[in-house]
Amino acid sequence: MLILTCPYCGVAAEETELHPGGEAHLTRHGPGSTDADFEWYLFARRNPKGVHFERWRHLYGCGKWFLAARDTVTLQVFGTYPAQSKYPPREIIAAIRADRPDWVPHWDEITGDSAPGVGNDPAPNPTPARDSFA
Amino acid sequence: MADAITMTPLAGIAEIRGLGMVLIRADLGRAGDAIAEAAGLALPETGRFTTDGLRWLGWMSPDELLLIVPGSERGRAVADVAGALTGEHALVQDVSDMRCVFDVTGRKPGQVLAKLCPADLETRPRDGLRRTRAAQVACAVWRIDGAETGRGWRLIAFRSVRDYVAQVLAGAAAPGSDLDPR
Amino acid sequence: MTTGPFRLPAGGRLIDRSKPLGFRFEGRQMTGFSGDTLASALLGSGQRVVGRSFKYHRPRGILASGAEEPNALLGLGQGGRFEPNQRATTTPLVQGMVATAQNAWPGLNRDFGAINDALWRFLPAGFYYKTFMAPRRAWKSVFEPIIRRAAGLGRAPELPDPDRYEQAYGFADVVVVGGGIAGLNAALDAARRGGRVIVLEQAAHWGGRTPVDHPGGQGRVDALLAELRALRNVTLRRNTMATGLYDHGYLLAREALADHDPNAGLPRQRLWRIRAGHVITATGALERPLSFAGNDVPGVMLASAVRDYIVDHGVAPGRRIAVVTNNDDAYRTALVALDAGLAVPVVLDARPVADGLLPGEARARGVRVETGCGIARVLGRKGVSGVEFCAQDGSGAPLGTVDCDVIAMSGGWSPADHLWSHCGGKLVWDDARAFFAPDPSRQPTGADGRGNVTPVGAASGDLAVAALTGAADAAAILPVWVMPANAPAKMRFKMWLDFQNDVKVSDVELAAREGYASVEHAKRYTTLGMATDQGKTSNINGLAVLSATLDQPIAATGTTTFRPPYTPLTFGTIAAEARGAVFQPLRKTPIHGWHEANGADWEPVGLWRRPYCYPRGAETRGQAVAREIRAVRSGVGTLDASTLGKILVKGPDAGRFLDMIYTGMMSSLPVGKCRYGLMCSENGFLVDDGVAVRLAEDTWLCHTTTGGAERIHGHMEDWLQCEWWDWQVYTANLTEQFAQIAVVGPYARRVLAKLGGMDLSAAALPFMGWAEGELAGIPVRVYRISFSGELSFEIAAPANRGLQLWQAIHEAGAEFDITPYGTEAMHVMRAEKGFIMIGDETDGTVIPQDLNLHWAISRKKPDFIGKRAQERSFMASPDRWRLVGLESLDGRVLPDGALAVADGVNANGQRNSQGRVTSTYHSPTLDRPIAMGLVHHGPERMGEVLEFPVPGDSFRARIVDPVFYDKEGAKAEGAADG
Repeated sequence: MLILTCPYCGVAAEETELHPGGEAHLTRHGPGSTDADFEWYLFARRNPKGVHFERWRHLYGCGKWFLAARDTVTLQVFGTYPAQSKYPPREIIAAIRADRPDWVPHWDEITGDSAPGVGNDPAPNPTPARDSFA
Repeated sequence: MADAITMTPLAGIAEIRGLGMVLIRADLGRAGDAIAEAAGLALPETGRFTTDGLRWLGWMSPDELLLIVPGSERGRAVADVAGALTGEHALVQDVSDMRCVFDVTGRKPGQVLAKLCPADLETRPRDGLRRTRAAQVACAVWRIDGAETGRGWRLIAFRSVRDYVAQVLAGAAAPGSDLDPR
Repeated sequence: MTTGPFRLPAGGRLIDRSKPLGFRFEGRQMTGFSGDTLASALLGSGQRVVGRSFKYHRPRGILASGAEEPNALLGLGQGGRFEPNQRATTTPLVQGMVATAQNAWPGLNRDFGAINDALWRFLPAGFYYKTFMAPRRAWKSVFEPIIRRAAGLGRAPELPDPDRYEQAYGFADVVVVGGGIAGLNAALDAARRGGRVIVLEQAAHWGGRTPVDHPGGQGRVDALLAELRALRNVTLRRNTMATGLYDHGYLLAREALADHDPNAGLPRQRLWRIRAGHVITATGALERPLSFAGNDVPGVMLASAVRDYIVDHGVAPGRRIAVVTNNDDAYRTALVALDAGLAVPVVLDARPVADGLLPGEARARGVRVETGCGIARVLGRKGVSGVEFCAQDGSGAPLGTVDCDVIAMSGGWSPADHLWSHCGGKLVWDDARAFFAPDPSRQPTGADGRGNVTPVGAASGDLAVAALTGAADAAAILPVWVMPANAPAKMRFKMWLDFQNDVKVSDVELAAREGYASVEHAKRYTTLGMATDQGKTSNINGLAVLSATLDQPIAATGTTTFRPPYTPLTFGTIAAEARGAVFQPLRKTPIHGWHEANGADWEPVGLWRRPYCYPRGAETRGQAVAREIRAVRSGVGTLDASTLGKILVKGPDAGRFLDMIYTGMMSSLPVGKCRYGLMCSENGFLVDDGVAVRLAEDTWLCHTTTGGAERIHGHMEDWLQCEWWDWQVYTANLTEQFAQIAVVGPYARRVLAKLGGMDLSAAALPFMGWAEGELAGIPVRVYRISFSGELSFEIAAPANRGLQLWQAIHEAGAEFDITPYGTEAMHVMRAEKGFIMIGDETDGTVIPQDLNLHWAISRKKPDFIGKRAQERSFMASPDRWRLVGLESLDGRVLPDGALAVADGVNANGQRNSQGRVTSTYHSPTLDRPIAMGLVHHGPERMGEVLEFPVPGDSFRARIVDPVFYDKEGAKAEGAADG
């Protein structure tokens, strides 16, 4: 059973105090998007074996959604950060690189472009979609 | 090594009624001082509360505070805080009816909560406010230490589960169930 | 007080001879002492056979002295406190304890199942799988009845468990599992470095094997304990078994508080849920049996157990103790037996040479040591009477016979690496020392990615426990997996590996020959290690035999997966407080008590209890519901609607936000008005509905369904926090702040007028309007909304005043025979009006368009949650099933969920379907059945008749308009004089 530290209230919460929300950093595709983009947004999930970015809500706590970078195999947690993040912050990336030198992000950090196949998103806050009602 | 087992409850469970509660949602960085002034208390830090013994102001989330006042002052408190936030994007609401309140005091109140809450309360600061769960329901707990309340913990939960909370607290305080090693 | 015949005149460091305890086993009265385990008390009383084996029903005795015991599983207690499969070796004796043997029918000494033992040739490994290949008829008529009678371990308790259980959360920087010498040393180290340290010991006493195995060991243990007790940051907890280690240092441990002692008045057991920064496993090692023919005859015991009973409990497992070993450690048993005045007729040592310190000491005390020898045969059936020995490297030709009543065997020790392995630690085979030990380079890791488990002492492979004894004092072990090495098949058929599941050397060899080469496959084929002891004494021996048969190194075979729990947990500890009235939280509205006092027949709605109806006198549910509906339609009724979700949404962007949340337009709702709205998921499906109220320019109150309150609030917060975080909107879930009462019916306005305080006339408060004020002196907000088609006011009051308001309404309504109504009346009335219900007309695959709710979907908005999804071709297809009314042709109520069949069959040969019933009731208002359903092209097929076959019957219904009652909506304005 995981422990994740809520970046808002600093509480190291155990999994029963949290609510999982699936993959983070998805780009919402609304009306006008192509079927392929919309399908990707709504259904395609990376489900990697290794470094992964996830949405969690501190449900039995401050009620805030936050994001976590963690290894799905070893369960190592590289860090947690606010949900209002288009990409993982530098310190999270650094923490991942420190322990996973071979890790390659699935987006281009420099340009800020979305992952290949995901398409570019024109929305002002292109962060996550939610799996809770998908 | 171990003391003889004491066959009295670990703590007394007392329901507290009639408190006034005010929910405040606002940008605490911008409006915190105005709220503190209206509440008559210092703005609590993250995960803490401030109190003068009668009034209590707790940090619930980065943009949410809970103000607890004597029941008779609730209307005034809502008006004061709302007034102080005029022109601010804020939500101020009387929520005095939506929670139940229990004081857990006596021999070993911390042990009662240790059976219900998956939180390391022992190491919380004296002015720490921890939102967590008690058995299967959401709650918030903090330490109390007053002439009237006795020493222990105050727990708030939603009113619909008041009977449930009362029962699990009483069960956790059952005589002979001290957590001390034997 | 008479003591048992096998109680030694002196000794027994754990027992208190001044406190005798009476107990019963299989109806026989016996006596032990305080400090005994049930096993030591049984042995002391001379009880050798304690059960019958699982498959062959062979007589079995006590093998071990701890958690690894495979044989001595007893039924304990009576009535509600009866519990099967309790390990006698870890059960403290309690005055008045009642124990029964298991798996023996009709009795322990005469067991008809023992015929299986004679038929062993027909019950090989894989028997069940092979039997399934037999004709099905033979299985049903022959095998199954026999197996059902004979199989099973223990029997399930039949009454509720009267004991109390609890859980507790613990937190520590370091948890040390095991209170032996290694654990205590590690705890002291950790404690001196600071931080909170918890030490868990499975037994009631500290020190592990040290006080038994090492002269002066007790003193060292006591000194360590004294130091630890003086440290404030150390918690020492006995009787606490760490059963599993999980992610991020999450450790489960079961503390026994008053096991099998109902008189103590304490919780029986407590499950600790501990978060450990670091776990030190000082879990010791488990002794392995040797595989020789007849190694399961009562009296054949682990060598360490024999000396435990002598030293710990002053019990002689026998008078003449023969030792058989492949290592030095077992000589300790010979020495302890001699010290206790017992005879040691021989030590059979499989090694060609035994010249270590311990063998030397034994020889010096006159013990006959036969090196290079093993056991060819055990004499005796229900108890050892002697042993025939042979050369270990031969095929079993007897070299001689020795009289004995106990055979103390030792096949070496295996570190207890279960916790290490539970959370991902890897093991490595040590050829020289013949065991798997933790591989320090492949530690389990914690949240920070660093190793978070460290084994110490015997658990790490350090069997000599260097900390205590200095240099290792033992000569090398000789791995012996089969005794004698070239034993013929007929001997291998009598060599037990897994005592509890009756798996023999021959079974594992058969599995290997039949192709089950993977250790995981061989385990399942033979059931080796799958019993309640999880193979603590059998796994290593079994996989060694498998390796030998496959002619591969043990390291190549590997181990099976170690899974928690280390020892079984009672369901009681897992459930803890969650039973009976607090099995789950029961949510109560402020008016709950009134409903209860007025005979409410409850319906669970989520965690709430809502009145389904209020039967009067001898009324059935159906009659009560009909009466309530008639009262509402013709008079006035009240519904406790407090459970409806009430979410406040406020801020400059609240309107814009709600336009995204709802399918309809909420930003255009005027202040003072209410509007019905639908919420969809991003996938387009309808997830909730309710009335939104505009309270102020920047404030809306959104009503949700009872089940939707928390869900929808979370949904809103999700979008606000994660997608549109720059929008200025705050939400607050005020569901529990307000009681809400629906006053419904033609006389509703007249009742409320009597309360005084507000003008609720149609002019002052039109339909879909709201007003604030006071009724009967209680501050309220009144909404003119209707879910029944009648004149209706929903009145919200602060929850603490809710009951008072309800009572005031009922007092005022008495002259109109005001009637409280429940959820079923509400459901029927909304169906009469053709209103949909989330969960009836929706099931997660239904979009609003299916329900003809196009009017509630804005076409002007560029976006809302679910809009894009509803544009997909399948969603926009005219071929979807859509809402219609259904009129039963024969006057019978249609079955809920029934499917309407269409021509032809699908790919599975089932009839095609073209619709289904979603809501179906008898309407008391119309005195006929009404129903709604989703039907292919439904609204275009008015008047068509559909067929709804159900098993043994068939219903026919005509497609009609779903509004059955008051199509014009005239009733919503109430009685003309209202």
